[in-house]
Amino acid sequence: MSKELIRLSDCTMKFDDEVILDKINLYIRDKEFLTLLGPSGCGKTTTLRIIGGFQTPTSGDVLFDGVRINAVPPHKRAINTVFQKYALFPHLNVYENIAFGLRVPKVEEQRDEKGKVIARRKVKLSEKEIDQRVMEMLEVVNLRGFEKRHISQLSGGQQQRVAIARALVNKPKVLLLDEPLGALDLKLRKDMQNELKRIQKAMEITFIYVTHDQEEALAMSDTVVVMDGGKIQQIGTPEDIYNEPKNAFVADFIGESNILDGIMRADGVVEIFNRRFQCLDGGFEKDEPVDVVIRPEDVDIVPENEGQLKGTVTNVTFKGMQYDIIVDFYGFKWLIQTTDLSPVGSRIGIKIDPDGIHVMKKSQYSGMFGDYSSYSEEYEEISDAEYEPEEVDEQEGGDEN
Amino acid sequence: MKKERRLGSRIFMGLIFLFLYAPILLMIVFSFNDGNSNVVWQGFSLRWYEQLFHDRAIIQSVYTTLLVSALATVIATIAGTFAAVGFYSMRRRTRSMLLNVNNIPMMNADIVTGVSLCMLFVAVFGLWNEFAVNYRVIINLFGTKYRITFPELSLGFGTMLIAHITFNIPYVILSVGPKLRQMDHNLVDAARDLGCTWMRAFFKVILPEIKTGIVSGALIAFTMSVDDFVISYFTAGSSVSTLAMEIYSMARKKVTPEINAVSTLLFLVVLFLLVAVNLREARQAKAQARRNYGTVHHGAGSRART
Repeated sequence: MSKELIRLSDCTMKFDDEVILDKINLYIRDKEFLTLLGPSGCGKTTTLRIIGGFQTPTSGDVLFDGVRINAVPPHKRAINTVFQKYALFPHLNVYENIAFGLRVPKVEEQRDEKGKVIARRKVKLSEKEIDQRVMEMLEVVNLRGFEKRHISQLSGGQQQRVAIARALVNKPKVLLLDEPLGALDLKLRKDMQNELKRIQKAMEITFIYVTHDQEEALAMSDTVVVMDGGKIQQIGTPEDIYNEPKNAFVADFIGESNILDGIMRADGVVEIFNRRFQCLDGGFEKDEPVDVVIRPEDVDIVPENEGQLKGTVTNVTFKGMQYDIIVDFYGFKWLIQTTDLSPVGSRIGIKIDPDGIHVMKKSQYSGMFGDYSSYSEEYEEISDAEYEPEEVDEQEGGDEN
Repeated sequence: MKKERRLGSRIFMGLIFLFLYAPILLMIVFSFNDGNSNVVWQGFSLRWYEQLFHDRAIIQSVYTTLLVSALATVIATIAGTFAAVGFYSMRRRTRSMLLNVNNIPMMNADIVTGVSLCMLFVAVFGLWNEFAVNYRVIINLFGTKYRITFPELSLGFGTMLIAHITFNIPYVILSVGPKLRQMDHNLVDAARDLGCTWMRAFFKVILPEIKTGIVSGALIAFTMSVDDFVISYFTAGSSVSTLAMEIYSMARKKVTPEINAVSTLLFLVVLFLLVAVNLREARQAKAQARRNYGTVHHGAGSRART
């Protein structure tokens, strides 16, 4: 794949004594779509602001193309940002918003052989060039004909497009996006996801995207960085993150998971509820306690007497494509997704193929997630998990800068 | 019964307005009186206004008033605006503490502000003058010796200007602050992100957003300055006087209709400024409401479907 463009090494961020980021190590490749994913207050926005230059890490280095840029202010970085809630300039129209960055005189530095600055001159773009680039950008974001509109006359989706155009018109090497789709409704969000993907491919630049929406992250990214508590929990492709979560937090945050206590009896053999299951994982100590992830869609329902485990259905929810059923196995509630209806109260058996079982090392998150005994509340939570501005980070942004 | 009560409340209101405005009305009416009396109407005339414009002392004091007010307004507006920007980039707790400190001078009695500033100036000048009288600096520049003596300082236009700036700044901060609070904090970051230095971001983004607050603040400051008597009285010394001070000293000698004329003019100026401030504020509130309605409208549309 393409070369490394940005690297954060041992980046720590503290406000007073509160640790927001704890020794983050991360590299970002040229032209990739990377997503920082995590719940509110996990440090993802702070990471983005460090890359953008709005905050300087308390310790650690930020490298851009191999050069340390810790102290380089935002206006001198080849990086542009699409802000949460867009931050469009209300006193300017669409055209002037997009032209804003182009109208700023750029300082061109002439250096001698030793790299010392010997001359500076201000360079201004001609009106003609500005006009051409703004029009080009309006084309890219499908806003031709909106030039003279006032920002307050635009819908959320249109404002979003202006914000993207305003950033991209400066031809940055990297575009940072801070929960850009958070304020849009579901249908529009899906459209904009495709739109963003298309723009990223067309412009051939790096996108660094911050979101708390795991579906969005999986659908759009080349690389997903899952964060929690100021630490990176896992970095990988969407498939890696989903299929091979590193710990209970990642397994729970990405998609639905049943997470059970297990004991690794040998390579490829894990014991759950005192029954041995075949699996594909290995490399653990003999008899090591582990967390076992079983995705709801990897469970096959069979007649009770053929099952590896037997349980009682306690709850059924119709979800259109499938039923979400909660099954009680020896007091532990599982979520199973199935296309066949098993009524509440019926006894069923289940079968799990070896590739449906994923074994993880025990971590600080063990035992915190993956039990569906409080299913109804959790379901509510999932359906509500749309736009919630990241309060902690926002406050810092406002107050620290 | 009901009618009676309404009549009663109307009479009551009439009385209140009578007490509030009768003196001013009387003053305005008698400023046009053709005669020396403040009691007997002797016909319409503009003679007192004419006399006013030939009174050197009055003209000089009007000039002083306008100059000190204008300078104090400009300086206090600039200082207050930057102070407000500073306040609003601080942590919430520090900010609210500083805003409270900012409010104290406004609540403070003018007489206290005036006397304390006067004492401060006198004390500092006392120390300085002792130094200025006793020390000289001699520098040798290209063979020629220059002797530098330090000037003695006393109360005057400068000290009055400083006092006016001091009591004007809080009003500017108070008027600019809400505009900054309404502003999206990311706007400055967005401008910097698009290549602006902080200063350019200030002029291109913050300033247009808080412009209305700055103008209101400046108008209030100017009104306060023109209007002020007590603080000026204590800080101006004996060499300069503002219009208010001039009127005061005239009234101490004899209450002539000339005072009516000059007071009428002062009243009209302040009235005009206050009306201007209020009209602006009403118009802004309306515009803000319209803007809010617009965004709320969009917001509701997008929420409804999710």
